[in-house]
Amino acid sequence: MSSSTITRATVTRRGDRVFSGLSRGAGIAILVILAGVATFLFVEGRAGIFGDTEEMSGSDSFLQYVGPLVFGTVFAATLALLFAAPLAVAVALYISHYAPRRLAQTLGYIIDLLAAIPSVVFGIWGITVLAPLLTDNIYPWLNANLDFIPFFSGTVSTSGRSMLTAGLVLAVMILPIVTAISREVFLQTPRLHEEASLALGATRWEMIRQAVLPYGRSGVISGAMLGLGRALGETMAVTIILSPSDGYFWSVLTNQNSNTIASNIALKFPEAYGLDVNRLIATGLVLFAITFIVNALARRIANAGFSGADG
Amino acid sequence: MDTETSGAPLMMTQRTANRGETEMIEPQAIPDAGPTGASNRLEVSDLSIYYGDFRAVEGVSMEIEARSITALIGPSGCGKSTFLRSLNRMHEVIDGARVEGSVRLAGQDLYGPGVDPVEVRRRVGMVFQRPNPFPTMSIYDNVVAGLRLNSKRMRRSETDVAVERSLRGANLWEEVKDRLDKPGSGLSGGQQQRLCIARATAVEPDVLLMDEPCSALDPISTLAIEQLMLKLKQDYTIVIVTHNMQQAARVSDRTGFFNIEGTGKPGRLIEIDDTTKMFSTPAEQATQDYVTGRFG
Repeated sequence: MSSSTITRATVTRRGDRVFSGLSRGAGIAILVILAGVATFLFVEGRAGIFGDTEEMSGSDSFLQYVGPLVFGTVFAATLALLFAAPLAVAVALYISHYAPRRLAQTLGYIIDLLAAIPSVVFGIWGITVLAPLLTDNIYPWLNANLDFIPFFSGTVSTSGRSMLTAGLVLAVMILPIVTAISREVFLQTPRLHEEASLALGATRWEMIRQAVLPYGRSGVISGAMLGLGRALGETMAVTIILSPSDGYFWSVLTNQNSNTIASNIALKFPEAYGLDVNRLIATGLVLFAITFIVNALARRIANAGFSGADG
Repeated sequence: MDTETSGAPLMMTQRTANRGETEMIEPQAIPDAGPTGASNRLEVSDLSIYYGDFRAVEGVSMEIEARSITALIGPSGCGKSTFLRSLNRMHEVIDGARVEGSVRLAGQDLYGPGVDPVEVRRRVGMVFQRPNPFPTMSIYDNVVAGLRLNSKRMRRSETDVAVERSLRGANLWEEVKDRLDKPGSGLSGGQQQRLCIARATAVEPDVLLMDEPCSALDPISTLAIEQLMLKLKQDYTIVIVTHNMQQAARVSDRTGFFNIEGTGKPGRLIEIDDTTKMFSTPAEQATQDYVTGRFG
């Protein structure tokens, strides 16, 4: 080979140009769509935030209006994450490190299938199956024995249309995504690190704590945040299950619950007119901002400290 | 032994001569043996290793003396690494792995009924081909990783002592004593490997297995590890797999040669003898061919 054949690759082939153009276009499209949505929310929502509250139903300011909704949204999503994250990590570990291969594959497939169920189905299941079950068996007990904790105080809802039911249903809904991502990162744990731990005389659980979990930490957090994002924006299931009231409510067992932003929009939008529409869109803008902040925080948490993934 | 050493001509270097002297001193050290005493010899008898139906290693018998270095050499795929991993049951991380025959450490069968592989690995430590400190842990935490296992609670003062002892033992203390809280992955390859050796020795095993510990290292780091091995020999029974025949000749007391007849055939121990003899006048023609570089 003479050196003349190894010239600088300045000649771009047509295939390369087409492909790079397509992928660049796709990248730009994402930004344009995102910017478009944000612009829409801002332009349409501005009147809802700064407009004359006299012309809206209820005469309170926008902050007073959106406050309980933000609270309800974050509360429901946090509850969901609280239930789903530990379970998802446990299931993912079982699939990646404990289950026999065939069972692991089946289980993984079933979990993925869970993600394909429409949220309205989850909502109906929640209100017809889960809610009565919990109302008959769990909620009265919690209320009777743990009512010194503010979460479990108040009058137990007889229909089960409470924040806890909504949180549990949301947990089931976000379980697949958190599990799938956790499972993937656990499976990617370098064999070298696992063997290092085992060779020191670690049991399987100790090996998981020493090698697998530190390595997968940032991945699990990313998965949890994706799940949280879904829980924050989930509409249908919450709309069906939750019995909303206006205000801040810490108790998770009663009929009085702060609504979530998404569910509130779904409930009110069909009958809204005038500035009320703008106000609903403005709450959408707030939800957009919350999701944005959650993702930014997740990134920061995931990147903090020395992560196994860079080693 | 003496006659063999003196019979070994020319190719034996100064270092091997020195090694001969160390061996002469060794028997005297045995009577006042500490926790890692002379009784920690390994006896392998008729060991065959299977992965499912595939027989990877067939009928290996050897005795490994306490406080000595035994090198295992042979072409790739001859089962020497598999054999090494069977000495602390690390090969069992692969599904379907099993053995026939026995491995006895200080008289106790490591494959006996009711013997926990976790317990075996605490007594038989291992250093791997590529340095593998835990990337999320500091140097300090890496060293004490093994000590913190099995729900053992140790006071900070105790682990401090253990960390300094292990790092000094691994000739790494002077280089890292000021940055024990920094991640272990920030060290050079050779330092990482010595960190792994410190980690393995921190739990005070009886035997130390090394699976090509220098194959990912540069010559200077390799030299550091080899010097370390000669030092560790005073406390540990060491078995090392190496592709580097000079390394086997430099550090080991005894050398075992593994070979394989062909693909899909099990690996077998061709012969094991004193290193000087193996590299000068081995009993088998195959060994002669291998150590002189005629094949492999």
